[in-house]
Amino acid sequence: MRRVRSFFGGIHPKDAKKSSSSTPIQHLSAPETLVVPLLQHAGLEAKPVVAKGDEVLKGQVIAEAHGAISAPVHSPVSGKVLAIEPRAHQSGHSITAIVIENDGNDAWVERNGHSDPIQLDAKTIIERISEAGVVGMGGAGFPTALKLVPPKGITLDYLIINGCECDPYSTSDARLLIEYPEDIILGAQLMAKASGARKIVIALAETASEAYAALKEKAGSIEIVTMPSKYPGGGEKQVIQCVTGREVPSGGMPHQVGALVQNVATAWTVARALRDGEPSISRVVTVTGGSVAQPQNLMVPMGASLEDLIQATGGFSQRPGKVVMGGAMMGGAQFDLQTPVIKTTTCVLAFSEAESRTPDATPCIKCARCVDVCPAQLLPLKLEAFGMNERFDDAREFGALDCIECGACDFICPAKRPLLQYIRFAKMEIIARDKKPS
Amino acid sequence: MDDLKLIVAPSPHIRDTDTTEKSMFATLIALLPVVAASVYFFGLDALRLVLLSGAAAVATEAIFQRLRKQPIRVGDGSALVTGVLLGLIVPPSLPSWMVILGAVFAIAIGKQVFGGLGQNPFNPALVGRAILTASFATAMTTWRTPFDAITAATPLALGEVSGRIPDLFFGSVAGSLGETSALAILLGGIYLFYRGYLDYRIPVGIFASVIVMSLITGQSVIFHLLAGSLLFGAIFMAVDPVTTPVTKGGRWIFGFGVGLIVMLIRTWGSYPEGVAYAILLMNAVTPLINRWTRPRIYGQGVKTSE
Repeated sequence: MRRVRSFFGGIHPKDAKKSSSSTPIQHLSAPETLVVPLLQHAGLEAKPVVAKGDEVLKGQVIAEAHGAISAPVHSPVSGKVLAIEPRAHQSGHSITAIVIENDGNDAWVERNGHSDPIQLDAKTIIERISEAGVVGMGGAGFPTALKLVPPKGITLDYLIINGCECDPYSTSDARLLIEYPEDIILGAQLMAKASGARKIVIALAETASEAYAALKEKAGSIEIVTMPSKYPGGGEKQVIQCVTGREVPSGGMPHQVGALVQNVATAWTVARALRDGEPSISRVVTVTGGSVAQPQNLMVPMGASLEDLIQATGGFSQRPGKVVMGGAMMGGAQFDLQTPVIKTTTCVLAFSEAESRTPDATPCIKCARCVDVCPAQLLPLKLEAFGMNERFDDAREFGALDCIECGACDFICPAKRPLLQYIRFAKMEIIARDKKPS
Repeated sequence: MDDLKLIVAPSPHIRDTDTTEKSMFATLIALLPVVAASVYFFGLDALRLVLLSGAAAVATEAIFQRLRKQPIRVGDGSALVTGVLLGLIVPPSLPSWMVILGAVFAIAIGKQVFGGLGQNPFNPALVGRAILTASFATAMTTWRTPFDAITAATPLALGEVSGRIPDLFFGSVAGSLGETSALAILLGGIYLFYRGYLDYRIPVGIFASVIVMSLITGQSVIFHLLAGSLLFGAIFMAVDPVTTPVTKGGRWIFGFGVGLIVMLIRTWGSYPEGVAYAILLMNAVTPLINRWTRPRIYGQGVKTSE
């Protein structure tokens, strides 16, 4: 197993994976009502193709991709459409969702699987991935089929399957690697064939010895490497830097350096779509945190609510202060336990009230720990000051747009300053100004 | 849980447990051996100066924060660190009112007029010392020997004399309170380094340039490393995060610069010692160093095959 070079900066948050990583994935039986948002991906909302009162089958398309960047949405159960209306969404916005009443019959739509999907040609593989609504399941949610087609004239040297899962709480990818290594390898091979990538590399966390053991027998010509065990080792740019020694150009795309990165859960979903004909209607979600009675990984149908997940893990063990979807470092805090799981929900965290306290910010003492940990080699303390003083041209000049929003600077700051908030603010303002015709 | 009210806050949702206060109190702990050594060598005068200076600094900080209608944050320990540091860099026989005045100036002129913690361009303790030296030149240069308290010149003023090295290392020489015992200073430095509060680049940079300059000018390397306030300055003064560069490359330049200026002053200047001025001068150019040493941002200036 090759140990790769390191990336810039990084932090070592206390590992909180153990409570959920050791037990096998449990299947959450589909709840009575599911709220399936039209937006579970990057890009535009899908367009509903069913109406209130319609009967739907499990796996049936209920909303079609709409616009250049979008993905279709499928029904996670068989049942009846109760409503199509705005509901609470992981993003914090209210987003239109198709509410489905589960009839409990588990009646599938006709599935279009293939016993040996690697025989299919590249075009067909991409079509099926697109039809199955597969999107980047590490959190970004970019439609996978679009990512698999590099611009003309570009050859991809590497398909990197990202299994680093650097968030200190999340273990869903680790469990998938341990329990479904064949699926992940098949998914990787299919995506390599579809994209024309020359070499497949699976990147694991240094600590993932169990996953490595599960993979190595079956890996064949696929190379398995371990990433340095620091956060954000699972960042796309960091994985590329470590595995290939190349840096994605500022403002550019991974394909410009011949790399394509796909998440482990995406590979698993691709394999299921092509071999079994099952669209992207379920995923593994880590449910953990100080208020969760039995932290574990659940196989969850999209559209199940936070409340469903919490109940399945034994309910709240103590009063929660904060409930987060998508990891402790980059996830979003939720205000409504009815918010549903979507394709990008890697992790649900219920923090106790003590864990949820936000410390007061004190003056910056320029200790530069934020500079030391920044994986983009920025000066976060400077960017924070520029954001605060609305000096957006300076923020741009100091590389605000190169910030990957990993939050390492916030984490390490001994003065507890909201560095990332001000950097995000500066980024949003810069982008908004660029769009506005002057 | 119908009345469940959840906190909504932006990511990240976890934070390191380290705080500014912890780093300040670690510095105070690291200063304990130095204080102990100064009491051992110079008696209760050492305690008198360190305590008065510390108390005056804290009081001044609190008064200024009150006047500026800011939350009173003297509990963060930063003013106490400044006060204790100032107490340790004055001669043992300095009158009490002078050290109090120095501490008031250190906090008022050195720190609060710029906006308080984190905003001051110069090391406040050194500003205090510079003001005292300018105002009370005689009192600030009247040294005495340890134990018997006879007025004496510092080793640097005398020039290097063989056989003094062990005295310099343990601290039984004339000099400022906390600066004489290399052993005590190194103990504190090791503690700070172990706790992760001491970036090695600045002290190593200082030592490297002092060594090189001593060799070039044909002077004793060990003498220049151990004499005067070099060690104390390198480990407790030149690493003040507020007034030193934020980039790694910048910290090297800062260290080299301090060492170079110290040796220029010691060798050709009219003062026997120049650590305080060397650090203050490098503090002044810190914003420039930060500008020159900005790291290359990930992905900028990268060539692609396209």
